[in-house]
Amino acid sequence: MRRRRSLGHDLLGLALAAVVGFPVYWMVLTAFRPAHEILSLPPRFWPGRPTFDNFARALGTETFWANVRSSVVIGLGTVLVSLVVGTLAAFALARFRFAGRKAFVVVILIVQMVPLTALIIPVYLLLNDVGMTDSITGVILTYLVFTLPFTVWMLRGFIAGVPVELEEAAMVDGCGRLGAFRRVVLPLLAPGIIATSVFALVQAWNEYVLVYVLLSSPEKQTVSIWLVSFQTSFGTDYGGLMAGATLTALPVVVFFLVVQRRIASGLAVGAVKG
Amino acid sequence: MSADRGRRRRPRLLPYLLIGPTVLALVLVLGYPLVDMVVLSFQDMTREQLFSGSSPPWAGLRQFRRILGDAFFWTVVARTVLFTAVCVALTVFCGMVTALLMHRVSPWVRSVISGVLVMVWAMPVMVAGSIFRWLFDADYGVVNWLLSNLPGVDLAKHNWFTNPWEGFTVIVAVVVWGSLPFAAITLRAALAQVPPELEESAVLDGARPFQVFRHVTLPVIRPVLLMVTTLTAIWDFGVFNQIWLMRGGQPEREYYLLGVYSFIESFAVNRYSTGAAIALVTVVLLLAGSVVYLRQMLRTGEAE
Repeated sequence: MRRRRSLGHDLLGLALAAVVGFPVYWMVLTAFRPAHEILSLPPRFWPGRPTFDNFARALGTETFWANVRSSVVIGLGTVLVSLVVGTLAAFALARFRFAGRKAFVVVILIVQMVPLTALIIPVYLLLNDVGMTDSITGVILTYLVFTLPFTVWMLRGFIAGVPVELEEAAMVDGCGRLGAFRRVVLPLLAPGIIATSVFALVQAWNEYVLVYVLLSSPEKQTVSIWLVSFQTSFGTDYGGLMAGATLTALPVVVFFLVVQRRIASGLAVGAVKG
Repeated sequence: MSADRGRRRRPRLLPYLLIGPTVLALVLVLGYPLVDMVVLSFQDMTREQLFSGSSPPWAGLRQFRRILGDAFFWTVVARTVLFTAVCVALTVFCGMVTALLMHRVSPWVRSVISGVLVMVWAMPVMVAGSIFRWLFDADYGVVNWLLSNLPGVDLAKHNWFTNPWEGFTVIVAVVVWGSLPFAAITLRAALAQVPPELEESAVLDGARPFQVFRHVTLPVIRPVLLMVTTLTAIWDFGVFNQIWLMRGGQPEREYYLLGVYSFIESFAVNRYSTGAAIALVTVVLLLAGSVVYLRQMLRTGEAE
């Protein structure tokens, strides 16, 4: 009786996977197709002779590599700053009772609700005032709005999962509070930190509106912008577009596949349990 | 003993030092802009003040009177609410079905499904938008061709975006497709926490499958279900990218949702104050809608 499995469920499951996965399959298939195959009816659902022309055209756009570099710098900068700052706050939340703790938690939660689009205008004006529009540092600082609360909330869950007794034992052996945290808890946090940083990195990689408004020089813009401008400038060159889309998605997919288990368990730990 | 003392001596100051940087960062990049947004919505800022750097004149409640008295604004609000409701209902329903199905299939099929889900989850929004544009392309889109194979349907050269209702169908499809993995994987993690003995004894007592779900499974996964629903609602309510991309950066008025509307008022029309007022109304609506979620999360935060 235990959890009935049947052929019916398996077939249904495979059908579901096929439907959900089809758009990705279609993207990759189109990216490797010569133009005359892309623009043909009825469409063919199996790969023919692959070509790299579309990728060559996508890579050949003037700013591609500059944009990749910009995306990487923004992504890594955002992750680094939010991890350093966020871990400290997460430690405080998980291990201390202090006046104002509840208010802090409320703020962290509410902040995650403010849609980014609502903040664009004031953020733009603020950076405009201090002369930091079209600056990558400005973008990194702005991205803290959405990476930091998430980092704090998620790492808090991971830290709470480490038994306090371990720290206390280290403190009996002469470590200070922070020393105990650094030597005992931090190494155990590695999975949580990896999951959190991948999530922050992906968010930064995918973000579009803010960089669109803030960064005006073409070579500072990120791959999201590059992909969108590709659509407008190349019209209906779907082969090139799908090649560009594949390139944009590739790093993220690789990251996700590497840490998928940790992300799922991290979400469960951070969001569901204390 | 000494551990206890160590814990009691420092906490006065240490936690504040620890949260200090976070608080500072949030005040700087979020607190100040939020306040500025509120202030801005009571002023009348245009391009002129942006370039000259002079402070904009006060407008009192004029911005709010203007948008709240504008029938078009309320159309956009209603459209956004409807859009969010449809997206959330579909996401949660499909996510639940996927999660339940993953619970019942053989291990290898489960791996296939989670592999596909993770891949879709990893797709950047802009990539997803590009793919769907191609899928629904009027001339060579595979969707038109597939649907035309149905008896009595001819969608050759059919443009999905001429009619906003059809256009929104495509946009809903991208949004739901993009958020399905999060919903399915999180709900599946929750389902794994339901003790199998409970379900078995309910079945032995003669409960029908739906009753088992309703009375045994649902109560256990309720907190997670609530979280998934609220988070999806929050994300969908502020949706911008998908519409922006699908309409090639120039959405028609029929495609405005609150996020797009506020953005266009600010950066296309250069009425920053009107844009800020719309954004403020959006945030207030969102907060009002997510009180339940906040309560739940606070309880979790206090629980440990």
